[in-house]
Amino acid sequence: MSSNLEVEPGAASESVLVTTDSFENFDHMSSSLEEIKNLNAIAENDESNVENSNVENFEDLAENVPCNNEDDDFIQSKEWATRSKHVFVLSLAGKPIYSRYGNEDKLAWLFGVMQTLVSFVQSNDDTIRSIHAGDTKFVFLVKKPLILVAVSRTQETVNQLSSQLNYVFNQIASVLTLTRLNKIYEQRQNYDLRRLLAGVERLIDHLLDFSEREPSFTLGAVQCLSLASSVRDNISSAIVGACSKIKNIVFAILLANNKLITLVRMKKYCLHPADLHLIFNLVQASESLKTAESWTPLCLPRFDASGFLYGHVSYLSEDCQACLLLLTVERDVFFTLSEAKQRIVEKLRRNNCLEAINESLNATEETCIVAGFPELRHYLYKCKSTAQFYQPSLSPPYTKYHERLTNLYKRAHQLLHCSTRPLKLLFEKSSNEAILAWDTRGFELYVVFEPLVDTNSAINSVGRLLNWIKKREEKLFHLNAPTF
Amino acid sequence: MKTIVGKVVVLGHQGVGKTSTVIRYVENSFTHHITPTVGASFFSCKILIDDITVKLQIWDTAGQERFKAMAPMFYRNANAALIVFDITSQQSFESMQGWVVELQRNVESPMVLCVVGNKIDLSKNREVTRDEAIQYARSIGASYHECSAMQDQGVGVVFDDVARGLIRLFGNTTDHNLKVYDSENIDNIMASSSELEATDTGKEETVNLSIRSIAHGNTVKPKCC
Ligand SMILES: Nc1nc2c(ncn2[C@@H]2O[C@H](COP(=O)(O)OP(=O)(O)OP(=O)(O)O)[C@@H](O)[C@H]2O)c(=O)[nH]1
Ligand SMILES: [Mg+2]
Repeated sequence: MSSNLEVEPGAASESVLVTTDSFENFDHMSSSLEEIKNLNAIAENDESNVENSNVENFEDLAENVPCNNEDDDFIQSKEWATRSKHVFVLSLAGKPIYSRYGNEDKLAWLFGVMQTLVSFVQSNDDTIRSIHAGDTKFVFLVKKPLILVAVSRTQETVNQLSSQLNYVFNQIASVLTLTRLNKIYEQRQNYDLRRLLAGVERLIDHLLDFSEREPSFTLGAVQCLSLASSVRDNISSAIVGACSKIKNIVFAILLANNKLITLVRMKKYCLHPADLHLIFNLVQASESLKTAESWTPLCLPRFDASGFLYGHVSYLSEDCQACLLLLTVERDVFFTLSEAKQRIVEKLRRNNCLEAINESLNATEETCIVAGFPELRHYLYKCKSTAQFYQPSLSPPYTKYHERLTNLYKRAHQLLHCSTRPLKLLFEKSSNEAILAWDTRGFELYVVFEPLVDTNSAINSVGRLLNWIKKREEKLFHLNAPTF
Repeated sequence: MKTIVGKVVVLGHQGVGKTSTVIRYVENSFTHHITPTVGASFFSCKILIDDITVKLQIWDTAGQERFKAMAPMFYRNANAALIVFDITSQQSFESMQGWVVELQRNVESPMVLCVVGNKIDLSKNREVTRDEAIQYARSIGASYHECSAMQDQGVGVVFDDVARGLIRLFGNTTDHNLKVYDSENIDNIMASSSELEATDTGKEETVNLSIRSIAHGNTVKPKCC
């Protein structure tokens, strides 16, 4: 297969996205925000980072978080016990913060057990990572000041579960900032975080469903909306044109239907795919953003976990449902950004870009058969140098058994990435299908075939497929990395 | 023909129906599955009262606790505040009073205050009586209205009252920061809300009136009681 190694569809010398592995943590905080603020000498009359300490203090006076009576006997219910994956978040002191199913208050005993386990192991200067009991995995992630636990009967590996817990932690950091989270527990170990996270459960629920379903999470990459490169360039330059005079815009992100249209960034700064996933999650989980222009603080933990960016969030227009986020370090420039958005939309309308976006949104990607690969059922292609991936539309049988396909990919991904003996190439056949997974320096490729395919024709198809993608790379990937 | 541009902030506990009420008024629509507001959303609309056009620039804030510290940004320069609670939730009524205290503590310029009890379609589950709410509103010099964003009851009156309050505020006080324009042609005016910067293009009229009063208390008469 080495002859194909030169073909590296979607590769680019510069990337809008950070291209490191998605399992990494952000243990040391980056100080991008400080850098940008210092550079442009932004006056801070700080309640900017929403560090309002009063909020924490009158918390005690407030009533308890109301609990839903319907959930009373949930713990006893069969339904609760048969869920294939539970996720819990608690404080280091053992206070319940989040449970994916059921009411945390009713699960206090369980949180107690988890906290005891963690601290018992910690007292021996060790960290607990996972416990395996029959077909159930208990995965622990201790990220000060929180403990996250997954209890799973899915086939996902410890690494994958741990990555999901990381996302949950990032989601929490994203609404509060890590700085504030730490400060809260420094002041009060016993703090009940739920009041401050009211409404965030929705985002976490959504994130968990999203991360189980979407290959972008497994791959640590994003998919782009297919667009002629001239159109994508036009869109990027409309954004640059409208924003370049405005100081302190860090990122402009245009997305639709869970796909990236373009991302313009401040020179020197890149966005991490994990942060972009949080943004996708927020946009998808918040229908209300469609009704009006919004202004919101938003922490992107991989970019800078210590503080907020501020986002002007709006959909382009009634007739074009793409969501534009203009992210800045300044907290009071809504109207400046609102005008910039108007200019962007006018420009896009004049250049027929809105039409082009709609056209692409209305057309589905080709299936393998349509693209001329009848022996292929589906595939994922990830270009490593840009952290972007492409997949065709689903075709039978996976339109019906999507979960099976997702699990197939997760398993293959794990085999290529396990820390002990990662494979470079995998070819496996079962009675249902065959899968080929291939990890090269430039890309990862996962291809699902009809079950009876033989090795030679599989390799043959992969070669043709890479050429097919290469030919369309300008359309399928965001190859430029435009800056303001 | 005069045009007054007034900045309105909508405050209240999460889920009381702030967004639903604003959307009912601005777009005359309602969705059951509306998701919580993220940060704050900006709306604008116009109301004609007698021969004065009142342009409302509305900041619909998020009620979730985590956004609380952001609120000053939106109420600091507001000319009117709609403080909303859900009549089926005593908790939301108390939380609303917290907002009033915060406004009184932090806003110096006069402001039209309007207390709104929403969800009267659910009055069988009522936890806050009308009398209790009226009395409270009176005590802070606010008007009181009940409405149902869902069934479109009483929503128009709320905004009408805010607009009238703004006109009175303009007539009675000098230390308001309302923007007033002579012409009708203000469509491209983006007046500032809170400290968010303005880019005015209209001609501003200097207001110089001798009567000075504070909006709380005497400019706004409770209307429905
Ligand atoms: N029965 C009834 N339900 C309503 C009414 N107004 C709003 N709701 C419902 O109450 C819920 C919350 O409404 P929102 O308008 O999102 O409340 P909000 O105050 O904007 O909430 P936040 O943005 O989170 O602060 C939604 O499910 C609405 O459908 C009403 O008049 N009657
Ligand atoms: Mg709302």
